Parts: sequence; C-alpha cells; structure tokens
Amino acid sequence: MYTVTGGDWDEVVESAVKSDDERIIVNMGPQHPSTHGVLRLILEIDGETVTEARCGIGYLHTGIEKNLEFRSWTQGTTFVTRMDYLTPFFNETAYCLGVEKLLGIEDQIPDRATVIRVLLMELNRLSSHLVCIATGGMELGATTIMIYGFRDRELVLDLFELITGLRMNHAFVRPGGLAQDLPPGSVDQLREFVKTMKKNLPEYDKLATGNPIFKARMQDVGYLDLAGCMALGATGPVLRSAGLPHDLRKTDPYCGYETYDFDVPTADTCDSYGRFLIRLEEMRQSLRIVEQCIERLEPGPVMVADKKIAWPAQLALGPDGLGNSLDHIRNIMGTSMEALIHHFKLVTEGFRVPPGQTYTAVESPKGELGVHVVSDGGTRPYRVHFRDPSFTNLQAMAAMCEGGQVADVIVAVASIDPVMGGVDR
Amino acid sequence: MSENTDANGENNAVPAPRDTGGEVIRVRKGMFGANNGGDTSGYGGLIRTVTLPGAASRPYGGWFDEVADELEGALEEQDLLPENAIEKTVVDRGELTFHIAREHLVQVARTLRDDPALRFELCTGVSGVHFLGDKGRELHAVYHLRSLTHGRIIRLEVSAPDSDPHIPSLVAVYPTNDWHEREAYDFFGLVFDGHPALTRIMMPDDWQGFPQRKDYPLGGIAVEYKGAQIPAPDQRRSYS
Amino acid sequence: MGLEEKLPSGFVLTTVEQAAGWVRKSSVFPATFGLACCAIEMMTTGAGRYDLARFGMEVFRGSPRQADLMIVAGRVSQKMAPVLRQVYDQMPNPKWVISMGVCASSGGMFNNYAIVQGVDHIVPVDIYLPGCPPRPEMLMDAILKLHQKIQGTKLGVNAEEAAREAEEAALKALPLIEMKGLLR
Repeated sequence: MYTVTGGDWDEVVESAVKSDDERIIVNMGPQHPSTHGVLRLILEIDGETVTEARCGIGYLHTGIEKNLEFRSWTQGTTFVTRMDYLTPFFNETAYCLGVEKLLGIEDQIPDRATVIRVLLMELNRLSSHLVCIATGGMELGATTIMIYGFRDRELVLDLFELITGLRMNHAFVRPGGLAQDLPPGSVDQLREFVKTMKKNLPEYDKLATGNPIFKARMQDVGYLDLAGCMALGATGPVLRSAGLPHDLRKTDPYCGYETYDFDVPTADTCDSYGRFLIRLEEMRQSLRIVEQCIERLEPGPVMVADKKIAWPAQLALGPDGLGNSLDHIRNIMGTSMEALIHHFKLVTEGFRVPPGQTYTAVESPKGELGVHVVSDGGTRPYRVHFRDPSFTNLQAMAAMCEGGQVADVIVAVASIDPVMGGVDR
Repeated sequence: MSENTDANGENNAVPAPRDTGGEVIRVRKGMFGANNGGDTSGYGGLIRTVTLPGAASRPYGGWFDEVADELEGALEEQDLLPENAIEKTVVDRGELTFHIAREHLVQVARTLRDDPALRFELCTGVSGVHFLGDKGRELHAVYHLRSLTHGRIIRLEVSAPDSDPHIPSLVAVYPTNDWHEREAYDFFGLVFDGHPALTRIMMPDDWQGFPQRKDYPLGGIAVEYKGAQIPAPDQRRSYS
Repeated sequence: MGLEEKLPSGFVLTTVEQAAGWVRKSSVFPATFGLACCAIEMMTTGAGRYDLARFGMEVFRGSPRQADLMIVAGRVSQKMAPVLRQVYDQMPNPKWVISMGVCASSGGMFNNYAIVQGVDHIVPVDIYLPGCPPRPEMLMDAILKLHQKIQGTKLGVNAEEAAREAEEAALKALPLIEMKGLLR
C-alpha cells in the first residue's frame, strides 16, 4: 500500500541505500602523504561523496605532559618546545608566562626579554603559516608553492639559528626571560629579512590568490560557519574565516601586544580560501610587528634580576659551537664557593614555585594555545596541560568534510592546519 | 628514621601553612624526597603540608564580584541554592575559580553559557589533575571558560574520588569538549557520564591503566652507557 | 631476487655486485615516513635550498610498495609501531632504513610509557642519524653514507658469507654495559 505520507518511500530509499555497493569505508592514514603527519581519517564513502568522516589520533602521543612532571621547571621548556614543532616559541612563551604567573614575577620580566619574545613569536608565525601554505599546496599537487614556502621558511630559520643556535626546538624562552641576548649583528639581519620578505610575500599573491585552479579547489570547501566554530571551540584562522575578529593579542593581550599596531584580518567566506587569505594577511601583519619590535629593542638585561630564578645560561662560542662561558666557569670555580654552590643547586635542583594553578593563553598561528600549570610547591611541575589549538580545531574536520567530495577532505584538513605533534603531545 | 617521622606527624609540631582553609594536596617529608634512608641532609624528619590557595571572601575585586553575583542570582532563579552548587570560590593570582559540586556541573555550565550577563561561549577543554594526597577528592577536572562577549575567563573545578571517578559530561553544553573529555578519560580514568562515545583517544584501545595518573609510573627504561647505567627519570633521586 | 643471486662466487659475481650497487644507489626511492619534527627537516631537505634531487632521490613515494628506503623521521609511539612495521613489510626487497633523529634511534629525551625506545626494536636499521632534529646537511650525509653502503652490498653466496661474518662479530662483541674506557 502506498500512502501519501510516504512511509513506504522511506523503505524504498533505505533498501536502495542498502543495496548500494558503492558505499565503502576508506582508511586514510595514519601513514598517508597528504594527511599532514600521522593523522588517520576514517571515511565512509558513497561513490565520490564522503558520508561520514572520523579522525583517529594518538599516533604521535609522546607523553610530554607526564615527562614534564619529572623535570625541573626550567627544563620544562625543552619539552614543551617539541609539542607543536612548527610553533616552538609559542609553546615556550605560553609555558613560561604560566610559570612566571605562578611565581608572581610577571612585572619583573625585563622589557627587552618581552620584546624579543614578541619578535620571535611573530617570526615564528611567519614560518608556521609558510609551512601551512607550502604543505597545503603540495597536498593539492602544487609543488611550486611548496618550494616557495620552504624557501622563505629557510630565511626565518636562518634568523632563529642566528639568535638561538638552533633551527627548531629552541628552548630559548625560559621562565624569567630568555636564555641569551641577541647576538651582535642580528638587528641588521632582521632588517634585511623584513626587506626580503616584503619582496617575497606578494609572490604568493601572484602565484595563488588569483589562480583559477587554486580558487576552484579552495573556495566553498571546508565550510564551517560561525555557529559551528563556536560550538566546536575552533579558534585561530578557522574562527576568523567565519567573520569573528577574535584574536587573543587584541582581546586578552599578553607580552604587551596592546602597544603594538597591527590589524586582525577576517573573512566572511567560512571556507578554505578565506583561511588561506587570512594566513597571507597575518604574515604581513607579523612583519609589521617585527618591524616595530626592531625599533623598540633597547639595551638591557634579558633575565629577571632575581638570582634565585635566573638560570645561569652564560654561554660562549667555543671551538665546537656553543658551550659554557669560560669566564663564568672561572668565576664560579675559582673565586667564589658560594657562587658554585648556588649554580649547582639552581641547575640540579631548580627553584621552587608556590602551590597553585594558573591558565595562560597565547594566540598561536593555529588559535588559542592555553597552558594549565599546577604547582604543588616543588621544584617540578605537578601537572602541565596544553590546550592545543590543533587538537580542538581538528574536531571540526567531520563537520567540514561530511557531504563533500573525497578530494576536498585533503583541502579541508590542510586549511585547519593541524600539527600532529600538537594534537597528540 | 621512619619512627621519628611518624612521631613528629602525630604531635602536630608542624607550623601552620600560610593560607589556611586550602585543600591539602600533599604532606612532604624530609628534605630531598629520598624515602629509603638516603636523606643525609639532617632534615629527614621535616614534615610540611602543601595546601592549594583557600577560599576567598568578598569582595573578590574587579569583575569577579559581578560574575559571582550574576551566577548566584541566575542559579537562585532556577531554584538552586548557590551554596549547594558552588562549594567555594577561590581568587588566586588574578584568576577566579569556582569549585562546583559535580552533580550540578551541567546546570552551572549551561547558566554560564546562556545568561546574557555571563555569556561564557568558549570552553577551552578539560584538564585532569590527580591529587593523590587529597583524600576523597583525588581526581580534579578543571575547565576554563572564556567569554568572547565580555573578554573574561574563569575556571570551574570539579572533583571526584578515586573510588567513584564519575563526572557529568559537558558535551551537551559545549560540544568542543568531546575530544577533551575523551583525553581526560584516557589519561586519568575520569568517566564523563553522558558523553556520546567515551573511548580512548591517545593510547591504543587495548592499553591497560591510565598513564597520566600519579600512581602510574613514567614507564621509562634505564639507559646504558659504556660501563654505566642511568635509571629512568622517575627512578632517580629527586628534590621535591 | 633474480639470476644474480644464483651466480657462483668469483669475478662475474663481484662485477655484477658493483653494477647492481651502482644502479641501486643512484636512484633510491624514499618512502615518506614523516612522524614529527624530523619530518619537517626531511621535507626541507627535499625542498629548494638543500635539493635532494642532486642525489637522484627527490621523489618521495607515497606508497611503500614503490619505495626502497624508509626514513623514519621522528618519535615512534607504541600506537604507531605496528603501522610502521606493516609499512616496512610492504616495501619490496632490497630495502634500507634510516633512523632519523634521536627519538627514532633511541627514544631520545622521551624515555616514557608512550614512545618506543628505538625503532630498531621493530625494524632493522642501516643508518642511525643523531640530532634533534638533524640538520638537512646531516640527513644528506646519512644518505650519502647509505649510498656507499648500498654500493658495497654483496650478492648471492657473497651475501651469505657477509651475513655469517656479521653474525659472528656481533656474537663476539662486548655488551655496552661491560665496556670500559672513555666514551668513544
């Protein structure tokens, strides 16, 4: 019996769906060249359409949060820098801001240290967005943009190497300030870099922004509107592509960001293309901030004056690269036994942090990077939890991909820019 | 040495901690955390209690009073006595923390999200903390709520005993907590009642135990060098 | 693999060995096994400035079935270990493994419940490359060292002889903990 209310039609549709042998489940990853690392996507596919999408994560779980509980507060920066390995300075700064808040020494951080932190973070934003655009392009099959992105990233990494001695995983920002001051000649190199980048950044516009193939692949793909972003807690470029200019640098400033002059770009397209444009614009804004930082650099200390906290990181260039400063060693070994004891105690035992907990957040290139630090009054963190933006934003993958084409899954995931080191920690 | 320690612990010779009324999370004995007779510092009998910052009294300062008033008022409107829901309010280091009774967590969170004067739209997930020494309240779930409208951030803290690690799920209020709660379950064994699919997320599905609890070992192995062996970080002598 | 494995020991076999080694080393196809920080440096090695194409191996294969070199770049978690072994098993012989970075080589600083303490627990490793992460130059150095190793690969009866000698040497070798002297 067929009725107008259509009860039977549901059965017809259901049986058609059941007999449909086009419906398969595809396991993409965890080892797949276009899933941005070790992300596993479980896609239910009907022909070319994704009907259901789920993520499997945890393939890079490193136990960093647990490891931190067995190291001193200062050693913690060495671990957190390896979480989201594309944004090491953001991890370090967020963690150090938390420790400093627990210690109650936020006001004693020297200005120069704060300016250099901002400088490094904005350079880091450039390098992170460059990798996002480069790998995103490569996953689309556009290798030229990948070569461009890594070319410019190398310039940023050269600066990092000059300043910190390392290309990645710096552990340069320490509770209380920085490990080292800027080396001589770095300001000139920074100026040179800003000049070069101002020349190079428009090339992305020329190559990609107006490119019809690029637009066809990116526009209206990975759609997530403001309501979806808010419900799923998405932050960063994903949220700003939905039109909300939420940026912690403006709304909840830290490190003196309220005194810098920059804009927060937004888009109203809610799609991958909008996120790409936002990232491009953010790189220009970061360059603006870098320029302002260079102007603000005043000579001064880069570590708190409190010798109970300031890690003795006096390093000097030895024949084998970096090493302990001979002058410092001569001083503590030869002239003052108390200095030697102090050095030994501070390095092996570390400083104590009063009990309590704190939450500090910074705007990483991916969104809100929050750190929940708990201390029990000991020389080691009791618990450190990172609210990584990649982890939260990746939840939006299902909402972005379901109902779309298989090929668009790659674009949507690339536009979230998840870094599995941050997702899994 | 252990006999002395016990005697000292009983005769209450311990100086009072600085801020009273806080949660005692730990009793620290000796100087260097050595508990097998290795403490030669002369402070082997030292006993100190570690307390977290205690409850604050009004006024809290700044916008904290406004948020607390609004929350209490909104809860009263829903026929829920604020003192039943809010166990205590802590103001520490410029941050406002509400300790919520777990059975009222969902209602409080919904109020915080929906009340126009509060409007905490963004939950930044849940962080589990395991206080082994906080008897009866071992497992804490810490939520940070951010209000984009008012530019504020507060903290909710819920506790559950190890013997009954159940906390209501906030996924219905904040869908973003889906993975965060799975992570807290995976690492701490906190069971979020009402979560749509509470399964392991980071560790393999067949993993035994909850690795970030304090009673779970770090799991490192001793590292061998030429003629020497360095124990794993959690097996070494520590200073706290 | 083929006829070359059946050749008798002698002049012909060593000539074939040299030819096969030269051909194999000149076009190594790496499988992408990027895991963490090291993967970014591995991609950098393939990109413009360091240009791995100079050594005939810029094409990273997405499928292990078309690859003969696995660069394990990054920390291997317990959850990833079975996947890694499966990918290795899918690669056709002859195949080589570079363990890139300290985490892959020994677990590195992550001596804990989550990380496999050295990828050599799962797959045989040809080159251990230290560094956290190693610079692209170091990766290229490791690859050139691997090329030398591939060039010297033995075939047929010579391969069996070499394997026997290696096993005997390993059985005689002193365990690390019993070694004395300086850390060299």
